[in-house]
Amino acid sequence: MCPQRLERGSMSEAALRILLIDQNVTRASILEEGLREAGYTTVMVLRDTENLLRRIVDADPDVICIDLENPNRDVLEQMFQVSRVVRRPVAMFVDRSDSEMIKAAVESGVGAYVVDGLKKERVKSVVDTAVSRFKAFNDLRDELDRTKQALDERKLVERAKGILMKQRGLGEDEAYALLRKAAMSDNKRLVEVAQAVITAAGLLR
Amino acid sequence: MKLTVGFIPLLDCASLVVAAELGFAAEEGLDLRLVREISWANIRDRVIVGHFDAAHMLAPMTVASTLGIGHIKAPFIAPISLGLGGNAITVSLPLWRRMTEQGAVAGDFSLAPAEALRRVIAARERAHLEPLTLGMVYPFSCHNYELRYWLAAAGIDPDRDVRLAVIPPPFLADALRAGQIDGFCVGEPWSSVAVDAGVGVIVTPTTSLWPLSPEKVLGCRAEWAQHHPEHLARLLRALYRAASWIERRENHVKVAKLLAQPNYVGAPEGLLYEALGGRLRLQPGSEPTAVTDFYMPARHAATFPWVSHAIWFYAQMVRWRQVEFRAEQVALVRSTYRPDLYRDALQGLGVELPSVDTKVERFLDGRSFDPDSVAEYIGS
Repeated sequence: MCPQRLERGSMSEAALRILLIDQNVTRASILEEGLREAGYTTVMVLRDTENLLRRIVDADPDVICIDLENPNRDVLEQMFQVSRVVRRPVAMFVDRSDSEMIKAAVESGVGAYVVDGLKKERVKSVVDTAVSRFKAFNDLRDELDRTKQALDERKLVERAKGILMKQRGLGEDEAYALLRKAAMSDNKRLVEVAQAVITAAGLLR
Repeated sequence: MKLTVGFIPLLDCASLVVAAELGFAAEEGLDLRLVREISWANIRDRVIVGHFDAAHMLAPMTVASTLGIGHIKAPFIAPISLGLGGNAITVSLPLWRRMTEQGAVAGDFSLAPAEALRRVIAARERAHLEPLTLGMVYPFSCHNYELRYWLAAAGIDPDRDVRLAVIPPPFLADALRAGQIDGFCVGEPWSSVAVDAGVGVIVTPTTSLWPLSPEKVLGCRAEWAQHHPEHLARLLRALYRAASWIERRENHVKVAKLLAQPNYVGAPEGLLYEALGGRLRLQPGSEPTAVTDFYMPARHAATFPWVSHAIWFYAQMVRWRQVEFRAEQVALVRSTYRPDLYRDALQGLGVELPSVDTKVERFLDGRSFDPDSVAEYIGS
């Protein structure tokens, strides 16, 4: 999910869009009430999970709340794995009293958050924790993706340099300067020019 | 000694249920409490936070959690297997009709039906129809890898030619009836439930694809095992004895009756009984077909945690791009499976135990998997 959405969410509670998935009508209404009282005004409730992926995309929530007794948790996990578009923080609720488990769950970061006896007052802190943990995790993943992309791009530039050195008899610095010059005059990124050189070399081989 | 163990309603939770209900755990001085869970993600999380001491777990889940793939990193171990086999690939009646037009025959457990499916998919593509959707139960599961292997062996790209979707087992038959999915791969009794409901045809047990294929293990945190060696050893002995007891045919009626209870599997007793004995009704209304070595709770060293299984799972995670291959991770993958703990716990029982930790695994497409050359396997 794009980071702007989360920042907007943390700036204003009212702006945080929450999707609540719960088959149990009573529990869903307690949660919904708790969320509204905590200042979250945009709460959408799903009672069944048919076409879940489509509906998540349409609802475009900042947080998904699901009850721990819903077997569709496994469905959500797979969706997040397959598609970055729908990946969202998940807060989980169960109406069991077990304060030890809440503590352990929050500390371990598994994302399984339990509301003690399902008290409305606890809903907000659970949602907040889920969002902040997700954000930290997502930042880390983005950082890793960026590092990987930078490495991939460097490899492409190296290959393009190699091609120029071999085919035009240039030195390493000259080959690099040529790539840069082409990028600047065409107003393109260095990696784009490098990719073009590699493609052209492949065609001419 | 009190132990809390989570399970998912499936045929292969049998050794846990029998150990708890028929005195095998009590004989080891264990007060074994079983908690029925509804999703694999919950099973994993509740083991991580210590709500469960151990759990009935998808074998690849222990490896995924140890490596931190798809979720936070939490070192798990698999000190015993909860049996081999028990899975089947099932399709909807409309899809089965298309497959028979392309040459598929019921009860043919070769790759021919998968090849018929490939021709169905090609015809659909030419007609610009939506790709077929196939269900499985979890991304890190033997079902996912077996289904993908079967499709790929027949030339179907599981990521391009079909859609794979996670559907919880109890919902599969309904999803098939409603046309939300066109087929699935799952553990018993859920294929038989779909056939019984008149909405599915079992194409093949996955043991035809990979004889002696693994399925569930008992999973727990590595740290918990370290701190509770005596609890774990007792549990392993109780499970081994329970599995051997389930193996005996004269006990199947009793096992089926136990599992049929709503607090355990909650499926019809008759279906569970037939699945225990490897008799599968392949099509609605047909007579059951005897499938050799379909579900193996104990025979063929079924409870032994083969390290080669763990390495095969890792190879599949790499093959299907769930993780990038890193040679240094192989040691971590190997250490997830603990045949040493298995041997230590069972050595006093006077039973025969495998003397090696790995073996070469053989598949229907003629390929084999040598755990000692995993890098070459991935490269091929």
